Amino acid sequence: MLNNLADFFSSGSNLVFFFFAILAIGGAIFMLSFTRVIHMVLALALTFLSLAGLYVLLEAEFVAFVQVLIYAGAISILMIFGIMMTKHQGEEEEPRRPLHSILTAVGALALFGILFYAIQQATFPTAGGFEPGEDNTLEIGKLLFNVHVIPFELMSVLLTVAFIGAIVIAKREEE
Amino acid sequence: MSGSIAPYLTLGAILFCIGLYGALSKKNAVIVLLSVELMLNAVNLNLVAFSKLGVNPSLTGQIFSLFTITVAAAEVAVGIALLISLFRNKGTVDVNEMDSMKH
Repeated sequence: MLNNLADFFSSGSNLVFFFFAILAIGGAIFMLSFTRVIHMVLALALTFLSLAGLYVLLEAEFVAFVQVLIYAGAISILMIFGIMMTKHQGEEEEPRRPLHSILTAVGALALFGILFYAIQQATFPTAGGFEPGEDNTLEIGKLLFNVHVIPFELMSVLLTVAFIGAIVIAKREEE
Repeated sequence: MSGSIAPYLTLGAILFCIGLYGALSKKNAVIVLLSVELMLNAVNLNLVAFSKLGVNPSLTGQIFSLFTITVAAAEVAVGIALLISLFRNKGTVDVNEMDSMKH
């Protein structure tokens, strides 16, 4: 066991994984435990940033930068705007239903137990060599505009419809 | 770590379960939306991990995660718009008080 641990920490990429994983889990735990809403959003922004670090470790640089731009940037700022426009003194009070929150915790833990058991039981065949190509962004762009061009165009339609819908829903109605 | 995918899957499972707990137990609807984002992020981590360490490593997993991120952005925009509209009409963002369709 200790030998495994020493092996684990001898490799640099393992250390980087450990660092970012601790940051991600810590941000998520702080999201649960903070009481002010704005602090929760900032803690989750830390989780998003450390997930971007993990993507770089997995040689997915483009996805990492998209993660920083969209999650850590756009979605966090949008959430802060949402807090600003709904409730200025956002304060999460103590839950009034202790049984409900205990049952929720038990359910989440049970789901984690099942997932953890399945992951430990499964045997993953050794991966073939991953060829990310010289330029990750270039390769993704080629795939996106050759193989996946129809989903890509559908996605643009979806985004347009969603944003027009958001504007229509949030627009102040004329009296 | 270079050959094993299990730590990434475990981290994804932990983040997913924290997000599930937050989505079910938090009362502010903005935080509920944010917890759903955390769950989507856990799924993205699995996709990217399988795109490098899976049986057939290829870039398709990364492209799939890009699509997921796009859908998540659209979802957040519509969700925040709904929240603002609801706050304007009912004056609350507490999910326990959003029960006008209950009966």
